[in-house]
Amino acid sequence: MATTYSANDEKKGNNLFLTLVRFRELSIMIIILLLVILVSIRNPAFLSIENFRDILLNISILVIVALAQTMVIITRGIDLSVGSMIGLVAMMVAFVTVSFPEMSPLVAVLLGMAIGSCLGAFNGFLITMGGVPPIIATLGTLSIYRGLIFVYSGGQWVNSYEMPDGFRALAKGAPLGIPNIILIAAVVAVLVHLFLNFTRPGRDIYTIGSNPDAAKVAGVNVTRTTFMVYVISGVLCGLAAVLWASRFESAQTNTALGFELQSVAASVVGGVSILGGSGSVLGVVLGAFLLGIIENALTLVRISPFWQLAAQGLLILTAVIVDSAISRRLQRFGGES
Amino acid sequence: MTSKQSLGDFFKRWEWLLVLLIFLVTIVNARLTPYFLDTRNLMRATSDFMELGLMMLPMVFIIITGNIDLSVASMMAMCASLMGWLHMQGTNIWVAMAAALLLGLLAGFLNGYLVARVKLPSLVVTLGTFAFYRGMAYALLGDQAARGYPESFTFLGQGSIGSIRFPFSAVLFIIFAVIFSLILYKLKFGRYLYVIGNNEEAGFYAGVNVVRTKLLIFMMSGFMSALAGIVLAARFGSTRPDIGTGLELAVITAVVLGGVSISGGSGTMIGAILALVLIGEMRFGMGLINIPGQGQNIVIGFLLILSILIPHVGRELTSGNVKVNKAMVGKTAVALIMIALFAIFFFWSRTLLIA
Amino acid sequence: MNDKIPVIRMRHVSKSFGGVHALKDVQLDIFSGEVHALLGENGAGKSTLIKVITGVHQPDEGEIDLNGERVYFNNPREAQHQGIAAIYQEPSLFPDLSIAENILVGRQPLRGGRVSWGQMNKEAGALLKRLGVDLNPRTKARNLSVAQQQMVEIARALSVEARVLIMDEPTSSLTSNEVDELFRITKQLRAEGTAVIFISHRLEELFALADRVTTLRDGEYVGTREMADVTTEGLIQMMVGRKLDDLFPKQAVEIGEVVLEVDHLSVNGAFKDISFKLHAGEILGMAGLVGAGRTDVARSIFGVKPATAGEIKIDGETVEINSPQKAMALGIGYVPEDRQNHGLILPMTIGDNVTLPMLDTYATKGWLNPKKEKAAAVEGVQKLEVKAYGIEQKAAELSGGNQQKVVLAKWLSTNPRILILDEPTRGIDVGTKAAVHGLMSNLASQGMAILMISSELPEVLGMSDRILVMREGLLTKEFDRSDATQEKLMMAATGTVEAALP
Repeated sequence: MATTYSANDEKKGNNLFLTLVRFRELSIMIIILLLVILVSIRNPAFLSIENFRDILLNISILVIVALAQTMVIITRGIDLSVGSMIGLVAMMVAFVTVSFPEMSPLVAVLLGMAIGSCLGAFNGFLITMGGVPPIIATLGTLSIYRGLIFVYSGGQWVNSYEMPDGFRALAKGAPLGIPNIILIAAVVAVLVHLFLNFTRPGRDIYTIGSNPDAAKVAGVNVTRTTFMVYVISGVLCGLAAVLWASRFESAQTNTALGFELQSVAASVVGGVSILGGSGSVLGVVLGAFLLGIIENALTLVRISPFWQLAAQGLLILTAVIVDSAISRRLQRFGGES
Repeated sequence: MTSKQSLGDFFKRWEWLLVLLIFLVTIVNARLTPYFLDTRNLMRATSDFMELGLMMLPMVFIIITGNIDLSVASMMAMCASLMGWLHMQGTNIWVAMAAALLLGLLAGFLNGYLVARVKLPSLVVTLGTFAFYRGMAYALLGDQAARGYPESFTFLGQGSIGSIRFPFSAVLFIIFAVIFSLILYKLKFGRYLYVIGNNEEAGFYAGVNVVRTKLLIFMMSGFMSALAGIVLAARFGSTRPDIGTGLELAVITAVVLGGVSISGGSGTMIGAILALVLIGEMRFGMGLINIPGQGQNIVIGFLLILSILIPHVGRELTSGNVKVNKAMVGKTAVALIMIALFAIFFFWSRTLLIA
Repeated sequence: MNDKIPVIRMRHVSKSFGGVHALKDVQLDIFSGEVHALLGENGAGKSTLIKVITGVHQPDEGEIDLNGERVYFNNPREAQHQGIAAIYQEPSLFPDLSIAENILVGRQPLRGGRVSWGQMNKEAGALLKRLGVDLNPRTKARNLSVAQQQMVEIARALSVEARVLIMDEPTSSLTSNEVDELFRITKQLRAEGTAVIFISHRLEELFALADRVTTLRDGEYVGTREMADVTTEGLIQMMVGRKLDDLFPKQAVEIGEVVLEVDHLSVNGAFKDISFKLHAGEILGMAGLVGAGRTDVARSIFGVKPATAGEIKIDGETVEINSPQKAMALGIGYVPEDRQNHGLILPMTIGDNVTLPMLDTYATKGWLNPKKEKAAAVEGVQKLEVKAYGIEQKAAELSGGNQQKVVLAKWLSTNPRILILDEPTRGIDVGTKAAVHGLMSNLASQGMAILMISSELPEVLGMSDRILVMREGLLTKEFDRSDATQEKLMMAATGTVEAALP
């Protein structure tokens, strides 16, 4: 049946439930709230400021990478190489800081982002110029970048005692009262939000994800935008890598192994459609926060950490199942009006 | 006209290129090291890839239908862990093995149900179960390893047949490869896979039971993953919950390198098997000349990318549709300069600590 | 009119693909303030011509002048910058974006370097108002009907100050009210001086809207006429180059027993209380507007979307049809409306397509038998005279008419007793159309029961023994072949003057 759904019907959505679920962010917040209440009943220590600082510390890097992943997914792509990019950049930057202990941590950050941009550019090049589907291209570079870490370091690790103090303080230092790493993640989130909503290149990301053919016809430079997205992904992974090396005070060949799937998970739980075209920064931040809270809560209520991964998997499944149920219901409402 | 065309297609086929590559790698390997052609070595190397091969067979089906299963390695770990756990509780190993296979079917059913019935994207579903099943493996075994399998069981992974020590797991793989090939080419079920990959809806209108077909391939994937887990446990003589981490990507790599289109609708079983042989041979050869696993990944990664990149670029150039314009040259130049800068920095900074 | 400088002037334009001429020495003059119809059979080169104008294709030869100045478009963007906009059959909006952003895509208004959403909604709102369309610019495009989406596309064309607006079969999926609305807006644009190029297969629409018409045949220019000077017969003759006096041959056939009986069938939200009987040897026409629920009835009989209430009887026995497999087993075939998405698997071969529904019969003990399969495919293709290199050719490479023949071959291979044809001749050329009609008539004379859904009234009138009319999910009227007229059908379909009917 042709749905004769006129725009005015939108106003008819006075059903409170529907209004709520329509805003993905709100429903995640409700889940978070419920979780917080439940866990704090079992263990009041959960509600302490220190604990929340811990949670935020733990998810900061995930937020940065998940936002990069989100931008890629909005364009209907995927970046499976994020974990390997983080590992490689972390190792390279760690080498340089050990060799030049006097170097300012800020330079390390910029260096990391620069290296990341090159890695991202290679991904983008393969995808836009080489016609390699994103999932294949980044699956390939996942292996390549991870392998390069080994070639680079010859299997060596960079350990805590080798790193200069300034570099180690980069992530955990808190000159402003809040740990730097949390501040940086917050700034990245705000910047990405502004970029996606208030700049034309940002809007182009949604445009090409929503309908790539029409975007081309409408004069959006699809190649350049796609290329840009993968470079941004590289840059943010570069930033995340430096923070990772600083926070964990080491760079190893298996740094951030498997992080690609975690970043996709945070995006999906945050309401980003894997089919492209939609997703918001707030949603992704909340998605990462939810993953972080669950991890933290399981520890606090003394559930074996071995259940953690299973819980994470269940959360992802629940999120997508609920999502599809909601969108199907919304459609039905649309059809009947 | 028709026959000429198909003859041309026949020789242009991807499979021949794979055969050629296998041939080349064999020659290079044999020249590099005298150990390569040693039967004993070859056979042992073969058994290293059989778990991968067992999981690859249903993955070919899944990718032909345009779906993906990221959870294979996790299913493998979960099922093997269940078997190990049951065995440690005193269950007979063969009963435990049957339970593992059953769990594999069940895990595949859950994937298939969510993809086929609830109609969720397979990438997301199996990403979720990727974490969930691996988590269940940890939940079952924690940080311990299950050991003490009887010898009759470890034969599955360590045993061999005949004087050339042909691994039993390879026999298993060959049997299943034949079965899966027959399904793909000789049963209507196989045709349906291509139909679903090309145009699911038109298939439905023509009477193809889309839901059942998809459900079945994910269940096959679960079953074969469980079987691979059993073989792996038998080969190692123990089970840990972290076995096969990252193997799902290796499986997908083999399938795609074999010429199966990631967007579905085309691909052959023989291509995937040849790709498996190629990967195995290359890894074995590189291992013999002491290139570590991580370094081997670089080569395989490039191979995967080039397998898509070269045909694409070739098509573009020969079709004459590409007009080389300034913007394209510019973009390519920027990308290449960035890659070059990276390479220079990579090698320079490396020398700082490693002299 | 002719002493003005045309907005678009094309001369000696040729374009070929792989050695095949799609356009050969074509000319076209479009003036501002006219609606110019482009007419031709499928494959006549209309689409290619449009794509040359919009910069999707570049001509091999010939010249294009825009307002007297020579232009050459390397890509669609350059054409757009010159004020050329196009609206296609299937709207190409961005479902995840708001109406406002869809209209101003790529040109979002900036304020202080930031995209200004307030300004964007205001501009879009003003454009919608100018078109007289009541839509909230903040609504997501996903929630719009096809007609509303087209309005948004027109608003987008307005926003770029389009001098030339191309509409490629814009009415094919609209209801009649929506068509009226589209015509109103088109006329408004014409009054404002926009040049409109209008493509439609429905000749009556051209008479209602167009000022002049240019006809193409086999990629060549046939002629340009004032719409006031031509007749339907004249246009058809220009299109096909021959006179077709026997467009709808339906032989008189003896009508047999009731084969299919539909009793108070309903699908929630689609149609309600549909009852009718279909006899052997009968062609039962089903008329109505797009969206009246006709296709839903067909889909429900075929088990694609099973009925929620009511009964289906075959040979007097109640059956439950909950999947296409079940329907096929009961001897029902269904040639769907959407050939590309439901009828064919385009990337697969003709042979694979034809044998798909009956793979079981070409198997020996469950194993597929390539020989049997090939024989069946060849037979089906030959019977319908599909023009192809062989059964190994991919379905995607065929013309629309030949594709439809493959779909028919596929369903005839199932030996159905009941055949449902949904818009069997939509978008296929006149020659193939006649062949399809001949085939239908032939099948009916062999005792097949045919249910034909068609939006083309002459086709319904010419082919059917009886005619059912649906409107808004209900069966409103039944006519016998002898007393049905175009006017009566139209009235029953629109429900406007139902009272006037006896």
